[in-house]
Amino acid sequence: MSAGAKKSWNWFLWIGFLLALAGFFSYTFFAQFPITRDFPWANLLLFAVGGILLVLGLFRAFGKPRVYRGKILGPILAILGILMFGFFSYVFFYVLRQVPPSTGAPRVGQKAPEFTLSDQDGKDVSLRDLTSRSKAVALIFYRGFW
Amino acid sequence: MDTPDINRRQKQKLGYTYTFLSDPKAEVIRRYDLLHRGAGPKGTDIARPAEFLVDSTGTIRWVNLTENIAVRARPEQVLEAFERGEQATPQ
Repeated sequence: MSAGAKKSWNWFLWIGFLLALAGFFSYTFFAQFPITRDFPWANLLLFAVGGILLVLGLFRAFGKPRVYRGKILGPILAILGILMFGFFSYVFFYVLRQVPPSTGAPRVGQKAPEFTLSDQDGKDVSLRDLTSRSKAVALIFYRGFW
Repeated sequence: MDTPDINRRQKQKLGYTYTFLSDPKAEVIRRYDLLHRGAGPKGTDIARPAEFLVDSTGTIRWVNLTENIAVRARPEQVLEAFERGEQATPQ
């Protein structure tokens, strides 16, 4: 092969990078389903497959540099992939676990502290109103609408 | 922490039939010790996720305090807790 011959496109690198990108940005989608929300299996799988392809792509780029492209771009994409994986893991396994202990929260067997708050129509509703008209009331303190 | 107005629009959009209460000053959130300081938008205080099942006498039957903000109680968990409570109290 002459020096000027066109080298093959190293698709392992690009597909691997795209999978890592998908792993990084797709949690808001997977958070809709409890099985992929409570533990980010789908995201970690995307990162894993992406990582394998990036490694294979790097082997191609450096092992057969005359055939494949990617000696410069490959390491850049691989580092970006590692950074995305690192940041995702940091957020999911560290930041999201920084929850206050709530040791003073009411416990099973105690009376639920009474309150009165405005409902969606601006009408005052008390806990007693709710418990008196049904067998049980589920109180859900949420954030981010889920 | 959303205003009643936001709750009304969100409720309509998503088609929920249950009541959405608004605690803009986080008074009830504080009374239940569920305040997560500085964790809301722009460093505001916000509720940590939590779920309680309260029976008709006002007694708490089941509590779920998650250790990960992404992980919340599933509807079937709440129903299961409700059914256990039903069995425990002969009518």
